[in-house]
Amino acid sequence: MKRLITFILISTVSILGFSQSVFMTRNGQVSFFSKTQMENIEGTNNEVTSMIDTSKGDIVFAVLVKSFRFEKALMEEHFNENYLESTKFPKATFQGKFTNTQSINFTKDGTYTATVEGDLTMHGVKQRQTATGTITVKNGKISAVSTFTIKLADYKIERPSLVADKISETIEIRVNCQYEPKS
Amino acid sequence: MYRLSLITLLILFSFAAHAQDDLMKMLDEETEKDKKPDYATATFKTTRLINGHSIENVAAGVLDFRISHRFGYVNGGAYELWGLDEASMRLGFDYGLTRWWMIGVGRSTYQKQYDGFTKIKLLRQSSGSRSMPITLSAVGTIMYKSLKFDDPTRENYYTSNLYYSGQLLIARKFSEGISLQLMPTIVHYNLVPTEEDPNDLLSVGVGGRVKLSKRVSLNLEYYYQLPDYKFSGTTNSLAIGFDIETGGHVFQLYCTNSTGMTERTYINETTGNFFKGDIRLGFTISRVFTIKKPKV
Repeated sequence: MKRLITFILISTVSILGFSQSVFMTRNGQVSFFSKTQMENIEGTNNEVTSMIDTSKGDIVFAVLVKSFRFEKALMEEHFNENYLESTKFPKATFQGKFTNTQSINFTKDGTYTATVEGDLTMHGVKQRQTATGTITVKNGKISAVSTFTIKLADYKIERPSLVADKISETIEIRVNCQYEPKS
Repeated sequence: MYRLSLITLLILFSFAAHAQDDLMKMLDEETEKDKKPDYATATFKTTRLINGHSIENVAAGVLDFRISHRFGYVNGGAYELWGLDEASMRLGFDYGLTRWWMIGVGRSTYQKQYDGFTKIKLLRQSSGSRSMPITLSAVGTIMYKSLKFDDPTRENYYTSNLYYSGQLLIARKFSEGISLQLMPTIVHYNLVPTEEDPNDLLSVGVGGRVKLSKRVSLNLEYYYQLPDYKFSGTTNSLAIGFDIETGGHVFQLYCTNSTGMTERTYINETTGNFFKGDIRLGFTISRVFTIKKPKV
């Protein structure tokens, strides 16, 4: 009996220890850029939630579409109303895995090149997406930076001919998150 | 002892279950915790329904330049080119001071009138962590008719040409495409045409919009004047039109029986009978300029 209890205790502790492999942020930054000769459009979201499970090499993001801020109020309204349709599709998510976990040591300070592959869902469309970036581990905290591009057409985001020269077909997305161990 | 280990086992299982959970599920649970109210946005496309105000404000730091036109009655026939020979207009500048407060000034050719208004958003329709079924705004307008007095020999006061109006705007966005608005209104005249006329005129407006596509909506607006609080010989203002959005512009195209473009003129001094062809074509062009950039 004593042995059983000891076993249970040890496994409980190990599971507790295991759950500390999860890192989280509530104020990650995701911004996007559309560059054309007519107009540059930039939107920034500073309320992105994301988690990394370093033991499994999993990474997930949840982005509220309504929380993107723009230089012009009308851009924000059109972004929500006409393009991303945020009432219908309030959230964009990414669910992926590090494909090179063997070359990242999440427990040791340092800078690592990372590749992530997974499903990006927005505007109700799920697409396979790969992104490369940099993981920096320092004092038990993780920061992740990445830049990648997507095609609007892949996500069924229409670009009416009237504004086609003001909105780029490919959008650059920048991610910048500082993770802390999840308590 | 047996019970203790059972409890421990249960605790253990709950931990195990938690750890095995999908990371996405875990993230969802976390985001659920700090959910914010979800405010209704873009209840209407622009700050005016047709003749009158909508609950929309221009954003903070944004200047809205509006040019409105009304032509003559279409039943004037070919001789008047169905009203196009006659035109009256209003030029206006609106500015958003904060997210909930905007001000504006304008000048109408009709009766050479100047106007200024302030509009404050008191309640915002929201769902989620805070639920509010409606958006409520208050608008106060002051109008000054600079047209020369009819009888210059009489002792005239400039205050006789001042008019005030107060409105409550109660709106709800029922769905992506349908929004409705109710507008109880009081207009005060310092000087009225005859002794029998009331100085305070009461009316209730109703209006709404139906979105026909992402960039076009059909709007309707009607003001009912309370029988004892109106001028005799006036009719109720009715307007029907389209909002057409093209990038930085909103183009409004409509038909109405009203001539003026400020509260007292379109609500209380409309004389046309819409259903007898006293209809004016009108349009408004709104162009916004970002004066002060918000901090991102």
